[in-house]
Amino acid sequence: MAWFRKERKPRQPRREKLEIPADAWEKCEACGHTDLREKFVRNLNVCPQCDYHRRIRAADYVNILIDENSWEELDVDLKSVDPLGFPEYPQRLKKAIANAGDGDAIMSVAGTLGGMPVSLGVMDFAFMGGSMGSVVGEKIARLGQRSLERKYPLVIVCASGGARMQEGVLSLMQMAKTSALLAQLAERRVPYVSILTNPTTGGVSASFAMLGDAILAEPGAVIGFAGPRVIKQTIGQDLPEGFQTAEFLLDRGMLDAVVHRRDLKSTVGQLLRHMSGQPAASGWTSP
Amino acid sequence: MASSTTMEFEKPIAELERQIDELKKTAGKRQLSVSDEIAPLERKLDALRAEVYKNLTPLQRVQVARNNKRPFTLDYIQLAFTDFIELHGDRLYAEDAAIVGGWARLDGETVMVIGHQRGRDTKENLKRNFGMPHPEGYRKALRLMKLAEKFHVPVLTFIDTPGAWAGLGAEERGQSEAIARNLFEMSRLEVPIIATVIGEGGSGGALALGVADRVLMLENAVYSVITVEGCAAILWKDGKSPEMKERAASALRITAQDLLELGVIDEIIPEPVGGAHSNREAAAQAVHEALVRTLDDLRRYKPDKLVRRRREKYLAMGQFAE
Ligand SMILES: [Zn+2]
Repeated sequence: MAWFRKERKPRQPRREKLEIPADAWEKCEACGHTDLREKFVRNLNVCPQCDYHRRIRAADYVNILIDENSWEELDVDLKSVDPLGFPEYPQRLKKAIANAGDGDAIMSVAGTLGGMPVSLGVMDFAFMGGSMGSVVGEKIARLGQRSLERKYPLVIVCASGGARMQEGVLSLMQMAKTSALLAQLAERRVPYVSILTNPTTGGVSASFAMLGDAILAEPGAVIGFAGPRVIKQTIGQDLPEGFQTAEFLLDRGMLDAVVHRRDLKSTVGQLLRHMSGQPAASGWTSP
Repeated sequence: MASSTTMEFEKPIAELERQIDELKKTAGKRQLSVSDEIAPLERKLDALRAEVYKNLTPLQRVQVARNNKRPFTLDYIQLAFTDFIELHGDRLYAEDAAIVGGWARLDGETVMVIGHQRGRDTKENLKRNFGMPHPEGYRKALRLMKLAEKFHVPVLTFIDTPGAWAGLGAEERGQSEAIARNLFEMSRLEVPIIATVIGEGGSGGALALGVADRVLMLENAVYSVITVEGCAAILWKDGKSPEMKERAASALRITAQDLLELGVIDEIIPEPVGGAHSNREAAAQAVHEALVRTLDDLRRYKPDKLVRRRREKYLAMGQFAE
């Protein structure tokens, strides 16, 4: 970590901290609060000090949402190709696979949530900014197809900067593809819950992210069609405080609820039970 | 954005046009017959136009697609349709003049026409926001599509936008939701939909009118997930220089021919020699012919089959390995 470099003065850490290896500490990106990584992890990577929801990986959301030992990953063999012969795309893919794993920008899972079978897709921002190319579109289409055939609810956790430029107009068409699938799901009355995390913008936000029967978002997540930088450029002025945050969208009527990470599973479960005609989870009693 | 100045590669054409005009003027004043001199010049002009337009680079096509002498949606409505009556407003918030729509007749039969509308001058562009819609524009479009469905009338859309507007009000009123809702509803609309890309098809803001049974595209139109400027800025930190823009335009594969090869569009509508702006009537005639023929073809499908085929088409989009 930076404060252990020699050219800088250490920030006089408390004595006991010095005895713990340096890489065991992490710092909140929002408030600077420093704590043991283990403590962050136990708190689902939400800052214990300021409640900032840090970015986590797709597999972490699977652990948060899906019942233990109930799941298997689907469509692991789907791989991005370079349909346009786009400059440096194969190299970018190789790098992304080395850094973030070979699941592309989404992880598809079959499992149970509070005992209910569901299809779950979790986008992974670590893989090329969660950009949607043909593989993301196809994985969502297959998850949806599975939900359609078995009448299992569909849950998607979004995290994306938008379409994958390197696949050109084919990535744009994934917006139409995923939306067409969701229309079928809606007609068969299979529930779909969409969870928006930081950030959800561009082609993902303008397709399946905004089409949930319920749309939830994590606190503070930036959600919008255009990214804040683009808007700032367009209008030539600074954006108002809190513009495009989950709380802002809730206030403008674009979301059903802003939900803390620790409450995501119970909230999604409650919604799905209502929408699929199932009794309340045990622990719920009439007031 | 739109430019009215002569495009660099069209300068030899403009020069020759000027010479012919001058010759005609002089002849008119002196009451001389110069047809012997003019005829070869006009043949030369045709040949020059054909030559220039045969060899357009992808970036030059972007310039042609954005040129504001090119026919816009309302021009096609005027030239290729009859009996048009414009309908306004989304019934929720406002009227958005960046999208126009209404009832019209194509060869005598009622259709619903909806398209992005750019402006030719500053005043009109202020009103039409350069053809960049707010959510209310997309919601108006959807309202008109549902209206068409109610009366079993086909929907014909024209795509001509740099993209959906990226501003405070647009975000506040749910630009993402408006676009997503159109994609969702267009995939299941129980009447034929034909989309025609007439100029620039800019990303999600274009696709929001573009989910269709058949997608047609004018020869010099472009359709892209990002502007060439945006792409060049991201990849090479330079969205301004012509070299980088040209590289981006080639890499993104945005021409009508590219899109046909990628299976995203169904047909290229040929433009008159020298581009649609050199002869709007001829361009409109070509569009009219293609729409009549395509619509005839789509009429044989019952609504459920139409929707099933449309869905299957979009579900098959994309390329990947397994
Ligand atoms: Zn914090």
